[in-house]
Amino acid sequence: MRFGVVVFPGSNCDHDAWYAVSKNLGHSAQFIWHDSSSLGEVDAVILPGGFSYGDYLRCGAIAKFSPVMTAVRDFASRGGLVVGICNGFQVLVESGLLPGALLRNRELKFVCRPVTIRVETTNSPFTCRASKGQTLIVPVAHGEGCYFADDATLASLKRDDRVIFRYMDNPNGSLDDIAGICNQSRNVMGMMPHPERAADALLGCTDGRVIFESMLQFLSAKKPVLA
Amino acid sequence: MSELSASELDKVRAILKREPNETEVGIFTVMWSEHCSYKSSRLHLKKLPTKSDRVLVGPGENAGIIDIGEGVDGKRWAIAFKIESHNHPSFIEPFQGAATGVGGILRDIFTMGARPIAVMDALRFGTLDDPINGERNKRIVEGVVSGISHYGNCFGVPTVGGECVFEPCYNGNPLVNVFALGIFRHDEIFFGRATGIGNPVIYVGAKTGRDGIHGASMASSEFTEDSMQKRPNVQVGDPFMEKLLLEACLEAMRTGAIVGIQDMGAAGLTCSTCEMGSRAETGIEFDLALVPQRETGMTPTEIMLSESQERMLLVAEAGRENEVFSVFKKWGLDAVTIGRVTNDGILRVKDHGVVVAEIPNRELADEAPLYDRPHNTAPYRPAPVEPPASFTSRADRDCNADLATLLGSGDLCSKSWIWQQYDYMVRTNTIAGPGGDAAIVRIKDTDTSVAMSLDGNGRYCALSPREGARLLVAECCRNLSTVGAMPVAATNNLNFGNPERPEIMAQLVEAIEGVGEACSFFDTPITGGNVSLYNETLGEAIWPTPVMGIVGLMKTAPPVTIPFKNEGRTVILLGGLGTCDETRFGGTQYVKSVLNTLWGLPPALDMDYEKRVQAAIRKIVVEGHAESAHDLSGGGLAVALAECSMGGSGMTGIGAAIEISSPLPADLALFHEAPSRILVSTAVPEVVERIARENNVEALRIGVTMKSRLRIDHNAVTRIDSPVDWFRGVFENALEGQLAPQHV
Repeated sequence: MRFGVVVFPGSNCDHDAWYAVSKNLGHSAQFIWHDSSSLGEVDAVILPGGFSYGDYLRCGAIAKFSPVMTAVRDFASRGGLVVGICNGFQVLVESGLLPGALLRNRELKFVCRPVTIRVETTNSPFTCRASKGQTLIVPVAHGEGCYFADDATLASLKRDDRVIFRYMDNPNGSLDDIAGICNQSRNVMGMMPHPERAADALLGCTDGRVIFESMLQFLSAKKPVLA
Repeated sequence: MSELSASELDKVRAILKREPNETEVGIFTVMWSEHCSYKSSRLHLKKLPTKSDRVLVGPGENAGIIDIGEGVDGKRWAIAFKIESHNHPSFIEPFQGAATGVGGILRDIFTMGARPIAVMDALRFGTLDDPINGERNKRIVEGVVSGISHYGNCFGVPTVGGECVFEPCYNGNPLVNVFALGIFRHDEIFFGRATGIGNPVIYVGAKTGRDGIHGASMASSEFTEDSMQKRPNVQVGDPFMEKLLLEACLEAMRTGAIVGIQDMGAAGLTCSTCEMGSRAETGIEFDLALVPQRETGMTPTEIMLSESQERMLLVAEAGRENEVFSVFKKWGLDAVTIGRVTNDGILRVKDHGVVVAEIPNRELADEAPLYDRPHNTAPYRPAPVEPPASFTSRADRDCNADLATLLGSGDLCSKSWIWQQYDYMVRTNTIAGPGGDAAIVRIKDTDTSVAMSLDGNGRYCALSPREGARLLVAECCRNLSTVGAMPVAATNNLNFGNPERPEIMAQLVEAIEGVGEACSFFDTPITGGNVSLYNETLGEAIWPTPVMGIVGLMKTAPPVTIPFKNEGRTVILLGGLGTCDETRFGGTQYVKSVLNTLWGLPPALDMDYEKRVQAAIRKIVVEGHAESAHDLSGGGLAVALAECSMGGSGMTGIGAAIEISSPLPADLALFHEAPSRILVSTAVPEVVERIARENNVEALRIGVTMKSRLRIDHNAVTRIDSPVDWFRGVFENALEGQLAPQHV
């Protein structure tokens, strides 16, 4: 499988995502520079963590205007798998590919630590290899990860089974303990925790691998989308 | 603001053979400031060991470089590392002061061609319960921590460890020392040298503004009542710009078109131009009108002395400028040719074609005045040698309560409130992060990991600068050995008061000699560092606070960490119970936090024994005989046992039943801080004992791990007995509680 890892100026988990899918999981991965209008030959796209464009104005607010996001939107509209991690989640929300907003953490401080999240649904390309209710230990590292949405949005997320992960020990004040959600078509997911940091046994935890392995299983069962 | 003295001005006249103009005086003032020229310390720094088979680059460059051997790619790899202080700015403006401290040291690393992969911080603050300064000290802590967090996290370098201590002597002079480490291959090393006559001198990165003017000279004088008015002297950092600069510089270096590069740190454009010229024995001629500026109407002096952040100066091969420009354009950064390398050795600064300064590079950069400041007196001591009468006639104490006091003290409590604000995992190399004896970062593409430890002990050094310095080198090396790493090289940050006072200068000299003796003995040459003097406010000096950063190498492997892992394991005190007397007890954390006083001398160190203990623990850990390992330091045996018992993240604590017999009274036996001791829990005690015997060190079986309780018997009397959860509650919640504002 071919993963594309988007690199915005200020992305700093781009290499980590690349390393996890290529070195830890043994698949091919390539970087996609923010000003390219095409994604190239990829089966799935990762929007990595970091501080795209310095996160000036609002996290992810400037990244949504970069040329590569037009290609990402197009890829997603044709059913391509897109996962946004941390800043990538913020970019997806700002771009309108996912609903809601990510606010400053309730404690108003950056928080970096492993958290326990629960798999809320296996009906997604990102969790199809996990089991419902399974708990995963995955690190968070963010200052603005407090998920917020209006009542109607929250109701539709719950009604449509689009809450993918919830925190067991909410580190940021997210509404309804939401740690990750997907879009209506279920092919775009955003999550604040970093699965790419939990993919290497040497670093103490491999719980994040199930997310990439789910994507791989989903893709191998399905004809890949051409970018 | 420190200014040139009359004799220094005479020296300037002798060099120039004429009167200097205003711009030239400004240039000499910053280059010959204590901060840039080390004029008070240079004479003594020469005593430090700087060489070994592994040292590729020693002091004098932007960072030291150590060979770490061959990678899986067959190429030879290296690490660059250094420590720098940003003490004065962090007092005046804690957030930006600390943030730009991180930014400055990161540039020192990547200007050599290395990618930064780890940062650590040594922090010193005034006490949080100080009746006068407590609330201000809290704000300084929060500002400094959020500044480091802001800069490091956004830049994308993990802050993997550090230390934080509170003492009243840092009320008016907090210390912020930042250590950074980067990796690269030997063929990727760059130097700050302006070689090749006629080559273009290129300015890259952020535009120049009026910020930070005279920062270097501010850092070279004492604080007075009006120091707070120097806030404009503190620079403002932009970690996003620095991240772009990093990626652009490393990419531009790969083009092969760059011949030399140096960051603009203290003294900005002045320092980078004259040092690059001096190292290459060339001149540099450039025009200030070409320097990208973000303000209008800046004078030549202001442009030359600005310490605006995120700027680099590089020299490219003539004719290949466009290869460099295209990389910087890709990253959206300014890159402008501002001048040329010349053959006359002169720094010639023009403004719209008119020469405004003309100074020989070598004299400016390398011939700063050298002072042999008087120090033929005893180092200043803030405390008596003898213990107070109240201590020598004391009754039995409640050691259980005293242990809780220590675990909840600012110095020994959990610092997770601080390090959870740092991204300590980004770049996915952190094998062991904050909270351990040493941090471990693996180096991808090799089977080598780097362990690093940062340590200082102003308390010990106040009692004896020489012994304190030796102890902290030993402690750093012991930290590294405890995780299985071989110590190989060091960097140091010497934080002291006013060197023009002989009793302070004596502290500095003694400490440098102590560091030198220990670093020679442990084979950890000093590859660079920083000296921060004039840490005084209104005549009140900080305690002598040398901070060591020592790095060690190990084969990449899952880490052996502090917490006990299983019940029913043998607990061994490698190195034995150690010795102590009442005088040597006076500098301990126990005396500080429980008795609220200070006296005596630091613990006694036998370096030879220490080295053997370290050799033994390395073998025990590397061969996999230890399930946990933790070296004893502040708070002695009792605190170390509590730390082993409280468990790591997500772990339920496993305690222990411990029995020791000692001729010392219980408080001394449990809380003294004699070095050369390491706690190990093991399933194979006889193997551990054999290795100890082979190294001629003691290995004492002191107990067995057990579920959820820590009990310590001393001479058959139970002195400590509590659930480990209770200790953990005290330990984990202390700092946040102390930082909460006190409303009157």
